[in-house]
Amino acid sequence: MKFTQDHEWLKVEGDLVIVGITEHASEQLGDVVFVELPDAGTEVSQGDEICVIESVKAASDIAAPLDGEIVEINEDLADNPGLVNEDPLGKAWFFKMKLADQSALDGFMDEAAYIEFIG
Amino acid sequence: MSDLHKTPLYDLHMELGAKMVPFAGYAMPVQYPLGVMGEHLHTRAQAGLFDVSHMGQVILPGAGAAEALEALVPVSLMALAEGRQRYAMFTNDAGGILDDLMVANRGDHLFVVVNAACKTADLAHLRAHIEDVQEITDRALLALQGPAAEGALEALVPGVGAMRFMDVATFGWQGVDLWISRSGYTGEDGFEISVPAPQAEAFARALLADAAVEPIGLGARDSLRLEAGLCLYGHDIDTTTTPVEANLAWAIQKIRRTGGARAGGFPGAEVILAQLDGGAARKRVGLRPEGRAPMREGVQIFADAEGGAPIGSVTSGGFGPSIAAPMAMAYLPSDLTEGTIVYGEVRGKRLPAIIAPMPFQPTTYKR
Repeated sequence: MKFTQDHEWLKVEGDLVIVGITEHASEQLGDVVFVELPDAGTEVSQGDEICVIESVKAASDIAAPLDGEIVEINEDLADNPGLVNEDPLGKAWFFKMKLADQSALDGFMDEAAYIEFIG
Repeated sequence: MSDLHKTPLYDLHMELGAKMVPFAGYAMPVQYPLGVMGEHLHTRAQAGLFDVSHMGQVILPGAGAAEALEALVPVSLMALAEGRQRYAMFTNDAGGILDDLMVANRGDHLFVVVNAACKTADLAHLRAHIEDVQEITDRALLALQGPAAEGALEALVPGVGAMRFMDVATFGWQGVDLWISRSGYTGEDGFEISVPAPQAEAFARALLADAAVEPIGLGARDSLRLEAGLCLYGHDIDTTTTPVEANLAWAIQKIRRTGGARAGGFPGAEVILAQLDGGAARKRVGLRPEGRAPMREGVQIFADAEGGAPIGSVTSGGFGPSIAAPMAMAYLPSDLTEGTIVYGEVRGKRLPAIIAPMPFQPTTYKR
């Protein structure tokens, strides 16, 4: 699993990458009450704000970690946004994307580096 | 946060694991480990303890206090019985709201509670019009709210259970006087308790020792009051909104209205009485967004799904844990009735919302 400085996790599954937010991020957000995801098929560029997470406190954006295409989204989050707090690393994955360049993943932090990053 | 004021319960908040934030010049708990959602639901299910010591506590002594204060608010205070409390608002010459407040008749004085962010201005305003104005700085203010509040407080302070909504009385506890009112800011039955600062922590600990009582932060305080349809000063009401526009006309008794024995005689009376008689062009209403996306403060409201200019904007909005849905307040043209669909623009998309009655969550006051 790889981690971004925006507190997303990325997990390789075949030629796709599954993206979610970390436990640390979900704790910081507080109780999540709404998640808005991009449409499957959307072409995205690194840094595009493609998801919105609303907690009881505020709205936050999630950016595309890399260039690529969204191929699948987690429909369960629309009906059960609380999954983001309950199981951020598992059931609460946000989307799967096909990367334009799979090797671009190498630039992200591994778990040890991420743990150091969040202090 | 070192330049912030601390309430007498600051050390207790730290011990309880509160996340502290600056609020109106005070370091205040925004949430405890239970979290905003958990704290909100706990208050509705059992009881929540809130530190509201940042609010201003003011005494106006003497027999003439009610008459003097009536010159600053559109509310009947001369008819406020001893042992009773009433909601009021300071108005300005344009009919706008300078602050909202609670006024209690405690026999030989009025006891007034004002918002933290407004208290310096409120005190100056009071002192410009009333001779004897005493700010109380040596007492904490706590609120205990929820269905288990009565039982938890009665166990410490026998007799409070006989109070009704908006009653005020003094009770003894471990040798000190508690000034208690049966009121609050959550829509639940509950109490607000002014306690001498040196005893505040011991009193709070005694309440928290009851398994039904959890400490509640400002985060849940906001979602609870919004579900209850209650205004937050500086957001839902301010100097640009009149009490009539704010849908607070219920707080203005007949005797202060046109034709009443003490009609007018408060700042902005001309504007406010005219709006009471002829209506205001806009009104604070409740909104229930149809989807799950919250419509927060500042979201612009449109009459149609496309085109047109905004017809108003959201003044408070968020997610209601008890109603399990988003909710908001907005100022909209008065001719739009409950049930009308309007559109809030959220991140560039217009989403439908229905004009809905408030409170969003039924209140449980013990009348």
